[in-house]
Amino acid sequence: MNFQTLSQLAVLCEERGLGIGALMLEEQSAESGRSAAQEFATMREYYGVMKEAVHRGMNEDTTSRSGLTGLDAQRVGAYNTSAEPCLGGPAGQAMAYALAVSEVNASMGRIIATPTAGSCGIIPGVFLSCQERFGWADDYMVSGLFAAGAIGYVIANNSFVSGAEGGCQAEVGSAIGMAAGALTELRGGTPAQAVHAVGLALKNTLGLICDPVGGLVEIPCIVRNGFGAVTALAAADMALAGVRSVIPSDEVIKVMLEVGSAMPEKHRETAGGGLAQTPTGRRIMQDLRNKKS
Amino acid sequence: MRFKDVFSIIGPAMVGPSSSHTAGAARIGRAARQVLGELPLAAEVTFFGSFAATYQGHGTDRAIIGGLLDYATDDHRLPDSLELAAEAGMEISFRQGSGLFPHPNTVRLQLDGREEGSRLTLTGISIGGGNIEIVDIDGFAVKLTGMYPTVLIRHMDYLGVLASVTDVMRSGAFNIGHMSLDRKNRSGSALTVLELDEPATPELLEELAALPAVTSVKLVNLNDSKQAEKGKGNTP
Repeated sequence: MNFQTLSQLAVLCEERGLGIGALMLEEQSAESGRSAAQEFATMREYYGVMKEAVHRGMNEDTTSRSGLTGLDAQRVGAYNTSAEPCLGGPAGQAMAYALAVSEVNASMGRIIATPTAGSCGIIPGVFLSCQERFGWADDYMVSGLFAAGAIGYVIANNSFVSGAEGGCQAEVGSAIGMAAGALTELRGGTPAQAVHAVGLALKNTLGLICDPVGGLVEIPCIVRNGFGAVTALAAADMALAGVRSVIPSDEVIKVMLEVGSAMPEKHRETAGGGLAQTPTGRRIMQDLRNKKS
Repeated sequence: MRFKDVFSIIGPAMVGPSSSHTAGAARIGRAARQVLGELPLAAEVTFFGSFAATYQGHGTDRAIIGGLLDYATDDHRLPDSLELAAEAGMEISFRQGSGLFPHPNTVRLQLDGREEGSRLTLTGISIGGGNIEIVDIDGFAVKLTGMYPTVLIRHMDYLGVLASVTDVMRSGAFNIGHMSLDRKNRSGSALTVLELDEPATPELLEELAALPAVTSVKLVNLNDSKQAEKGKGNTP
């Protein structure tokens, strides 16, 4: 790839007169040696899987194998339409969809890791709810996935995207940044604005630990996907309104690396601390062990 | 750069819940199946570290066995793999390993094939995001990532074997991206691993197998998502 940082990405987009998604498609095709059409088709298939996961999570039983989680997406969906939600509207929809995909994941359903399985709800949640709202075509969404991928590529190579390495800030945080930047572009923002959205979003997740109860991708991972979708919408709105990430986004990514590297091991997906080691978290873990033996 | 392209960020398509504990495990199982070259009759699965602690909750057991059935990471049959393997007559046992192991997510597989004495011991590690490394095959040190189509050649450690192998690759216009050789002892049995840019053709594999001192040739290709579902002669 011809870019290693978000600022290089924005400059390159300007030089070539392309959006982030279009640029990433060109770069990807050059890297793989496959045609842009082939690469686009693969991503289009992935978007199909995301849609299917949202549909399943909103309509089918998503009780996980452990029995700990499931059906929260449908609870939120029903509440969104039957009551007067605090959030509601497009944000409530994005939240429900993100929960849906994350629950499908927890129940061993088919998903796309974006960038990981633990954070797989955020991008589909944001993308599908906005597609329905704004009437965008599928191919437009697929170009948005390339934009999200470009942002994730920079974050992953300059910091990290997995909870085991950098805490949940790396996992859910990266997905929020990717969704925020991509949505900014889809809504007509410039590459520079999209880059600001990434920085704004990442600032809000710095320090978030990875503390899955029982080591499973369920508690608190699923609800963090729901919250993450809402944060991404907020970051995109701020960027589109002209709010800038005063600390440049590339520097925020470096801070995430610093914070994640300093995180004790117990807060990096080991279930050795945080929510996993609360009295209830320990009891759940014990119950799971008893069930196993 | 640790991550090379857009699909290492968006993707893989997989069955949940964990890219390291489920998708990675499925890929290790599938690599083992392809190294063995057939559906195993029996599989002894030993989990170490985090795999041992959480394998049931993450479906790591189902993912490994699904891989042994040659399922890709997004095959919808993965959650039911234990039952499907039993139907196919595969005997399965799971153990929690002790002692030293190379990575927090490690699994060792001991597989029995159909033919008398057909047996494989393989150790794999899941390093995150669905990425894997096979680090040991029957006591040979290897580094097989499954990122590229990979050819495994078992042969005797005689002078010139490698030259004849690379000759075959050159004449077939197959570019080698990475290559390693490990041998048990001087003039003893050896394993050469070749990562290629393009999938090896059946003709290439035959040509390699026909070389003097070569005892077997196997292809590992983990990049054909949903191949198993499209029914290319896989069982069950």
